[in-house]
Amino acid sequence: MSNLSSGNKSAKPALKPLVKSVLSSRLTFPLAVLLIVVVQNIITTPTFFHISITNGLISGYIPNILDEASRLVIVTLGMTLVIAATGGVDISVGPIMAIAASFCGLLLNGTEYRTDIFHSPLILALLVGVIGGALCGAFNGFLVSGLKIQPMIATLILYMAGRSIAKQITHGQTIYLMNPVYKWLGVQIPGVPIRTTIIISTVMVILVVLLVKLTSLGLYVQSVGINGSSARLVGLNSRAIIFMAFVICGILAAVAGLVESSNVGSVNSGELGSGIEMDAILAVALGGNMLGGGKFSIAGSVIGAYIIQAIKTTLYAMNVRADQLNVFKALIIIVIIVASSNVFKEKLKKVTHKVFSKNMSVGG
Amino acid sequence: MKDNKKSNILSPGLLAKRKSLSNTGVLLLITVSLFVLLYIISSFLFADSNFTKFTVFFNLFNNKAYLLMLALGLTVVIITGSIDISVGAVTGLISMVIASTLLAHGVSVIWTIPVSLGIGLAFGAVQGFLIAYMEIQPFIVTLAGMFFARGMISVINSNSVPITNKTFLSWSSAKIYIPFLYNVRNNGTHDVAYLTPAAIIAITVLIVLIIVLKKTKFGRSLYAIGGNGQSALLMGINVKKVKFQAHMLCGLLAGIGGILYTLFAPSGNPGNGYGYEIDAISSSVIGGAMLIGGVGLPIGTLFGVLINALIERVVPLLGIVEASWPRIITSAFLFAFIVIQSVFVSTSRKGGLRLQPLKLMKFKRYRRDLKL
Repeated sequence: MSNLSSGNKSAKPALKPLVKSVLSSRLTFPLAVLLIVVVQNIITTPTFFHISITNGLISGYIPNILDEASRLVIVTLGMTLVIAATGGVDISVGPIMAIAASFCGLLLNGTEYRTDIFHSPLILALLVGVIGGALCGAFNGFLVSGLKIQPMIATLILYMAGRSIAKQITHGQTIYLMNPVYKWLGVQIPGVPIRTTIIISTVMVILVVLLVKLTSLGLYVQSVGINGSSARLVGLNSRAIIFMAFVICGILAAVAGLVESSNVGSVNSGELGSGIEMDAILAVALGGNMLGGGKFSIAGSVIGAYIIQAIKTTLYAMNVRADQLNVFKALIIIVIIVASSNVFKEKLKKVTHKVFSKNMSVGG
Repeated sequence: MKDNKKSNILSPGLLAKRKSLSNTGVLLLITVSLFVLLYIISSFLFADSNFTKFTVFFNLFNNKAYLLMLALGLTVVIITGSIDISVGAVTGLISMVIASTLLAHGVSVIWTIPVSLGIGLAFGAVQGFLIAYMEIQPFIVTLAGMFFARGMISVINSNSVPITNKTFLSWSSAKIYIPFLYNVRNNGTHDVAYLTPAAIIAITVLIVLIIVLKKTKFGRSLYAIGGNGQSALLMGINVKKVKFQAHMLCGLLAGIGGILYTLFAPSGNPGNGYGYEIDAISSSVIGGAMLIGGVGLPIGTLFGVLINALIERVVPLLGIVEASWPRIITSAFLFAFIVIQSVFVSTSRKGGLRLQPLKLMKFKRYRRDLKL
């Protein structure tokens, strides 16, 4: 350590700010966690990096995680915007997924509950599904921006009613979409070796990043989230921005719902995307974003989503039962969140400072 | 000495002057009148389903005693501007623990009470510590708590566990009849209203909580830190400690709620308590609590729970067979309540009433306004 620092005296001034910026970056912590999970996997499962091609698809642990996490990643993107703009959460994304998939399934299947014939064009059905999600988002957005209701309470309404509404859309039954073309969306397009879910989630991430970086939306969302009233005084229409964040969240949830229903080949309004809202909120928090709104990092949220899926896959690989998974998930989350909290960091800094100063005085 | 000064600022006299203007009062009025309206309408609409009988009214308490506990706990933390979404899972965990200890270990029934309360308090303490002292977002902490409790249920037993202990079942089926409150049936017998022990415990806790929130320093500190944490800190309130205590109290109430739920439905089931946190939050919100903190009353929460119970009773009477409709109708009611609250609050704000969370630091200005 001392050798290194004394040897690179000339490089030191350039290196120091770099190290400092890396250490203070919001992304450092989530990345480190992801790294730990990956390293742990390398030790326990030697085949972790093994990639093979089966049935014309790239498969293996890593593609599997990317595939499984794709829906969560898409939902998390929207959740990040909502949390950043409002400081509240949207807990209705799971039901919105079900509603969107139900609309799509209704159009494709007509009145039959199990068929391989499309009753209407696929594109139209997908579009209607996405519009359904956007409408749900608009409903949430209207409640929050128009009626000034706290986001969690506003989205509680759709959280409670959404799955029942989805069930009504599909005549109260699970419908099965047997047409192989529908599988293109959630499994594989013939001839393409990469799973479509991975492609779609990547495209969505790129689209949202472009939307945030190329337009002023990201800046607006951030300023509304930090202080809504001062953003309004500056001349931003904070209501419209919050409304837009919810609509985007609804659209992204709808896309995730369509992908999920295509992946499983059915629309089960009770099961589709259940519990995903909690995972998405966690992913945002794990990504180093404040749940109080304001500054946000899309990259952090995406990493957070992959962390959650990696943890899940790891635990499954260690033969943990699905219903007991939650205990481990809870413990890991608490450790991660505590370690990344500001209070803990400050305490750690104090302790290390004390230790170092003691050493110095002993040495002196 | 110091304590004297603190209690002076928070003295009930000054609060009473503010109270006539407070947000809480208006919201409580809305909730109570809506409950009464709903009850009267349903007693006219469904004349043959006995809404005018005492038993039906008291059964609202009997069926939802546990929900009242959970909702009161949530009201306490919501007043401080926090949230706890683990209460439903904790309820389920406690019912599973009670069922499996009674089945497997054959311990005395009386021991299930301290164990249940201990579980509730432990959840409250850990979550409260992480929220208050480590300053982590309450939603995430209690979400982890929910995951943990849900997972622990499956770890203990992933199948349904029946309760066959006779003492416990006798507690569960006990009825305490209320004298003078009866209706005469068609055949001449008396239909006497009764409360279960669970309901009596719940009502006792409610009364205690009303007094604690209104009369004690702790209670007023809850409103102060929820209304404006910064000024509460400046007033000398130990914000972290009060927040911690609030979560402890919520955990304790969840523990009591767990026992009452097990008395109501005596079996340990992995699905027990699923989604009750949502019921509790919605009852709390319908009762006038606001998630921004500083606003909420236990008595309002009682009416929120009663409305919840009433809706649950009315919806099947509407003649809808489809199982998914009750949830849609319940959330439609929730929607209506929230919109009404929001409209009332915003219009009275425009009308000059100061409908904001209690801001104790500004009481002088309010007093001046009152005189004007």
